[in-house]
Amino acid sequence: MNTAPAQGAVSGTTAGAPYVRIDRLTKRFGNFVAVRQVSLEIARGEIFCLLGGSGCGKTTLLRMLAGFETPTEGAIYIDGVDVTQVPPYERPVNMMFQSYALFPHMTVAQNVAFGLRQDGTPRAEIDSRVREMLALVQLDGYEKRKPHQLSGGQRQRVALARALVKRPKLLLLDEPLGALDKKLRERTQFELVNLQEKLGVTFVIVTHDQEEAMTLGTRIGVMRSGEILQVGSPSDIYEFPNSRFVADFIGSVNLTDGTLTEDEPDHVRIACPQLGGTVYVDHGVSSPPDAKVSVAIRPEKIQLSRERPEQPDNVLSGVITGIAYLGDATRYLVRLPTGFVLRVTAPNIFRHEERLGHDETVWLHWHPSAAVVVTR
Amino acid sequence: MNAAAERLYRGVRRLGGGRRPVGRWVVIALPYLWLAVFFLVPFLIVLKIAFANIQLSMPPVEPVLTWTADKVLQLRFHFSNFAFVFGDELYIAAFLNSLKVAGVSTILALLIGYPMAYGIARAPGAWRNILFLLVVLPFFTSFLLRVYAWLGLLGRNGPINDVLLALGLVHEPLQMLQTDFAVYLGMVYSYLPFMILPLYSAIEKLDLTLLEAAADLGCRPTKAFFTITLPLTKEGIFAGCLLVFIPAVGEYVIPALLGGPDTLMIGRVVWDEFFGNRDWPVASALAIVLLAILSGFVLLLQRVQAREGEA
Repeated sequence: MNTAPAQGAVSGTTAGAPYVRIDRLTKRFGNFVAVRQVSLEIARGEIFCLLGGSGCGKTTLLRMLAGFETPTEGAIYIDGVDVTQVPPYERPVNMMFQSYALFPHMTVAQNVAFGLRQDGTPRAEIDSRVREMLALVQLDGYEKRKPHQLSGGQRQRVALARALVKRPKLLLLDEPLGALDKKLRERTQFELVNLQEKLGVTFVIVTHDQEEAMTLGTRIGVMRSGEILQVGSPSDIYEFPNSRFVADFIGSVNLTDGTLTEDEPDHVRIACPQLGGTVYVDHGVSSPPDAKVSVAIRPEKIQLSRERPEQPDNVLSGVITGIAYLGDATRYLVRLPTGFVLRVTAPNIFRHEERLGHDETVWLHWHPSAAVVVTR
Repeated sequence: MNAAAERLYRGVRRLGGGRRPVGRWVVIALPYLWLAVFFLVPFLIVLKIAFANIQLSMPPVEPVLTWTADKVLQLRFHFSNFAFVFGDELYIAAFLNSLKVAGVSTILALLIGYPMAYGIARAPGAWRNILFLLVVLPFFTSFLLRVYAWLGLLGRNGPINDVLLALGLVHEPLQMLQTDFAVYLGMVYSYLPFMILPLYSAIEKLDLTLLEAAADLGCRPTKAFFTITLPLTKEGIFAGCLLVFIPAVGEYVIPALLGGPDTLMIGRVVWDEFFGNRDWPVASALAIVLLAILSGFVLLLQRVQAREGEA
């Protein structure tokens, strides 16, 4: 295959055409369907996060992009070329493995040079590109070390350098920060994004960590049972989940069932027996009347007060049954007269504040735009 | 940690390592004592005999330690046995031939054993145990019996010749016994499990994602085998080769039973000197030289490995 390594990052595609196109991809292992009819388009220079729990098929999808698994049905196009049947060693794609998979018998420099040596790149060029790449990931001076002489964070950067040195059209990252501790993770997240912006390589990241997906991804695809439930920007996914599952999977949420009682183009009213009242939402829902729907309200969108707020709708009262002080915010559990418990998060704006206490009766209210109505 | 747990922890530490426990020394000393009594002492006796002169007595050697007439303890070492061993072309040829036969057998065992070990290590879970058991199964029968079995199989009227004749591949029975072919066959057959076991454990430990990583970086499977799999299973290769080579050099039974009269191997020469000529000193000298050669190999290999480890 004539993938000149240099061509990856610079070759032209017509603007607007998807860079990676996944067309009705299905992968079956025996009777088990790991990935079901997934179609997806990823633009050049994007960081696309596949987010889902274990066994949702996200890793299988990634492995099909890398070429380690052959799809049962469907096709994969990269930069307009059908690569479905192309073996991994001929794909213009590189992967950063979850375990990093560094070659333990080779030095850092040899690990990074490995991919270039396979292409028969001239020695001088290999040396300069390896040096350049190690400088980029801030590992200059570590050329002669073996992987076992490095810390977890350094290994992660070697793995990244090794995957990026071939200037792939597409970089696949399998839980790239999974093996790092929390502090290092937060720092590395931003490094990763900076590096991606500098190099312009398209990233596809697999992760089970929603926070990681939110900070890294320009777009997120939420997966469950081999299917992609929703694709959108992090704020789309968080603010406008299209299903109970997505609403519940991303962040914390209060989910309750209800029936549409009033359905106008500019607002709807939903009777929620669990809340003991109706929820007013200031946007229309394309659903038949009397349809069973779910209402999702994020904890930080509910406000607490001792006085009854002056608004006609979306006001409830309850008793505080649990308080968790987190420093930046406080999390409350509020039991409604119906017995239903709502989660509420309030920012700690003032240092000296007469905080709400256990067993205190409080008023809850939220803005008409706060609640999201999902029909599945 | 709460107080109770802390107390328990301290107690365990005191038991384990705080005071040097006697148990640890017993555990270490027992095998060493065993080796000292049953390996070091016999070795010293052989060493002593190697420096003694032959004489007509029982045992047929002069004592190394003697009392002279004026009650002086006298040590007499004769290097003549070693001079004799190195001066005789027959012994040199026997050594060289032993090294050749053992070396070729080791390489053959490696070439056959590696794919087998690879196959077993990569077989699905349930199969792996069965295949592994099959490799170990020959050990359930005596080594001697298994070599004798080859006598029957390879003989002029043995089943192998019968089949070849029936298929019309040969017109008269092949002479297989008492040839080098039979010796190599016996060696490889007998020592193959010793090659497979360390190879298997090395290959089984190999992380398969490394091969995926190699493929991902543009490395074809065959090249990945030589650049990733082989170097990372090197320890197993070294161990397997040593386990086959060392006993094969000194092997007596296989060349004696399957080899011809011209199959010159050092194990047989030692036997002949010891029992045939009743020349214990020369037999001992031969054994010592063999030991020195093999120790040299082991040390060399260890140094190579140590250097690899540092780099």
